[in-house]
Amino acid sequence: MGMICDRNPGQESMFGVYRALDLSDEKGFICGKTLADLGADVVKIEPPGGDPGRNIGPFYHDIPRAEESLYWFAYNANKRGITLNIETTDGQKIFKRLAKTADFVIESFSPGYLKNLGLDYSVLSQINPGIILASITPFGQSGPYRDHKTADIVSMALGGYMYLTGESDRPPVRIGFPQAYLHAGMAAASGAMLAHCHRQLTGEGQWVDVSIHEACAWIPPDSYIFWEMNQLLEERHGAVRVRPTTGARMRRIWQCVDGYVSFDLYGGRLARNFMTPLVAWMAEEGMAPDFLTEIDWATFDYSAVPADIVDGISEPVGRFFMGHTKEELWQGGIARRCCIYPVSSPGEVGRSAQLAERDYWVDLRHDELNCSITYPGLCIRSSEAKCSLRRRAPLIGEHNEEIYGGVGLSKEELVVLRQAGVI
Amino acid sequence: MQALGGLKVADFSWFISGPLTAKFLGDCGAEVVHIESGTSPDNMRSTIPMRDNVPGINRSAAFARYNSSKYGLSLNLKQPNGVDMAKKIVAWADVVVENFSSGTMERLGLGYEDLKKARADIIMVSLPMFGHTGPWARHPGLGSQLTDLIGFGNVTGWPDREPNSPPGAYTDFITPYFAVCAIMATLDYRRRTGRGQYIEISQYEAGIHFLTPVIMDWFVHGRQPNRVGNRCRGVAPYGVYRCRGHERWCAIAVFTEGEWRSLCGVIEKPSLAEDPRFATGLARVENCEQLDGLIEEWTGNRSAEEVMSLMQEAGVAAGAVLNGRDLGEDAHLNARGFYKELVHPEIGHHRYLLPPFRLSKTPGEPKMAAPCLGQHNEYVCKRILGMSDEEFVQLLNEGVFD
Repeated sequence: MGMICDRNPGQESMFGVYRALDLSDEKGFICGKTLADLGADVVKIEPPGGDPGRNIGPFYHDIPRAEESLYWFAYNANKRGITLNIETTDGQKIFKRLAKTADFVIESFSPGYLKNLGLDYSVLSQINPGIILASITPFGQSGPYRDHKTADIVSMALGGYMYLTGESDRPPVRIGFPQAYLHAGMAAASGAMLAHCHRQLTGEGQWVDVSIHEACAWIPPDSYIFWEMNQLLEERHGAVRVRPTTGARMRRIWQCVDGYVSFDLYGGRLARNFMTPLVAWMAEEGMAPDFLTEIDWATFDYSAVPADIVDGISEPVGRFFMGHTKEELWQGGIARRCCIYPVSSPGEVGRSAQLAERDYWVDLRHDELNCSITYPGLCIRSSEAKCSLRRRAPLIGEHNEEIYGGVGLSKEELVVLRQAGVI
Repeated sequence: MQALGGLKVADFSWFISGPLTAKFLGDCGAEVVHIESGTSPDNMRSTIPMRDNVPGINRSAAFARYNSSKYGLSLNLKQPNGVDMAKKIVAWADVVVENFSSGTMERLGLGYEDLKKARADIIMVSLPMFGHTGPWARHPGLGSQLTDLIGFGNVTGWPDREPNSPPGAYTDFITPYFAVCAIMATLDYRRRTGRGQYIEISQYEAGIHFLTPVIMDWFVHGRQPNRVGNRCRGVAPYGVYRCRGHERWCAIAVFTEGEWRSLCGVIEKPSLAEDPRFATGLARVENCEQLDGLIEEWTGNRSAEEVMSLMQEAGVAAGAVLNGRDLGEDAHLNARGFYKELVHPEIGHHRYLLPPFRLSKTPGEPKMAAPCLGQHNEYVCKRILGMSDEEFVQLLNEGVFD
């Protein structure tokens, strides 16, 4: 299209005129990060001594220090940071002062916690009718499980995705890196931004209630609807899919010389895209049996094909993959518009030619560590407005002076507040 | 009152990532027109499950799931007058969403430069697989495979087995959130500056944000993680435990000393709390397999729901592993009104999910069942674009809706 998606060609920030106060722990980090990436001034508020989310590994050079968690870095970059003990009366007063000029407050405390402190939505909205409070909790602000606890594995279990993931002869398995809070945090960012759109028209803020349970219940694409439509229960089958109607085993993950590739057996329109070029490629190398080259993939319908035919197709395809490396299959596939995707390791993602060409990675300077660390860049690219990855995550209380100074607290007051354990 | 009352969206997208983005907007009050080819419709329409296992272009619940609160318009974009019609929709719309392979909209004459001629301050949002630039820009693919390219497959499963790649198009459930946030920000930007813009969100680049620390760990330390099943580094007990019945499981996670003591009480083995094999966090991690066995002795005789309630009552995080049926019956989801039943012309009564964010003053919910193919052609032409009967019939005869 001739249009270059430069990350920050414009002068004008996409969302820089807004400020968010981020009280959340790891359940909500990515919510504030996303607003900050769009340009908002997001102030991470931690209890004195630091947020518990700083204790999540991995750590820089494996030394577990609160200011050197890569997890913390990842999801708190682009934010400024202050310390504030909102359980003290002084802390509550200061928080209210900050809330007067804030546009968003993000929190992930247990339901009722902010109310006990006198900082719930009804209080905040009196101070600032436009304020948007985004609350991220395990099960939302209402319902019988409201006060239940969660963990990544608990939310992924209750969301239904785990039931579908893993080997059929072993327990259900979660995705090996925690995902539940990321879904919920992004749902909260979306809800807060939708509420902002409403505020633009009416001036009125509101309370956004995000249940991690509900965010996770969105992830399994089919399991509920298979039950509702056909009274069928989808089961997990590891690296294959089993067609519920015919019992045919359709392999998704295939072994190759140096690892695994992802290739879906599809019929109909997708077969034209996927099977036709693959079979042609196999034929080039003399690895396509006659019956395979004779199939008309454009009309081939897996839903009607018995399981043994699917096995017959899979066998030579699997043999072909076993004769190639991941990179050969990926590059050969790109040349032929055939979709054979590598199952990548983090290193392969880090070395991706596509991401390098698009300047995706961003090095942020960490002076305290005397190094730069490479981060994923923004995925939202605009032709017009400025949004960028600007700064590393804050140290504990790094911006106390500039932010508290900005709301009129004197240096002496800050000393008193520090001695009293408020900041 | 609706959060997005008055907002107009032209949804040219298909499969999941784009349609789900536009569905969230529609559920929150935007007027959304879902545009698809009449002869080569959205692939999701042929994706199972179908109502009662009877195939039909309007019977797929997989399509319906991502297309509530939309009008359905079928357009033949290979005809010049079909493209003209599409531009009329664009002139009406504030926001255009599309997720075709890179280059497709330009080939159809509907690239950003073309759309700007239809409406100068249009906001166009593209959700390509890889982005419009770079060596892989034109390569096709599906979210199910992108999930593996990003690395979710590699980290999921058991150390002694092949990767258990997360099923379905996992990344399609990540991109829409970034898209919704971006669209809301662009609307704000337009109000402030009067200018529209083009937004590109590569699904590849979006998905990586859900593995950031893993990738950073490689950049900093060169570390490549092994698959670890359900283990969580430094935490035990943490896993799913077999319960009574076929394929019944409950997840349990213990982080603190207090939770550990509570768990020992719940499983009726209070002496375990002081047992040197498990008395400290480090000991529990070291002997986690033995510990899992002891817990499973207790969970194995109870229903997953009972295990969950007893644990939660004692302050221990626990949750049953829900299957498709359980999800629909889940007491908590139902108490919060997570499902909204609507009537679809061919699927009949069925339930749609609410968006995973509840706005206190402008709650969103599915408003109309997903459209049949071309169901609202006449409505869109006459009520939205203000055409006369004659104009509509002429377009119909010209095959614009084919």
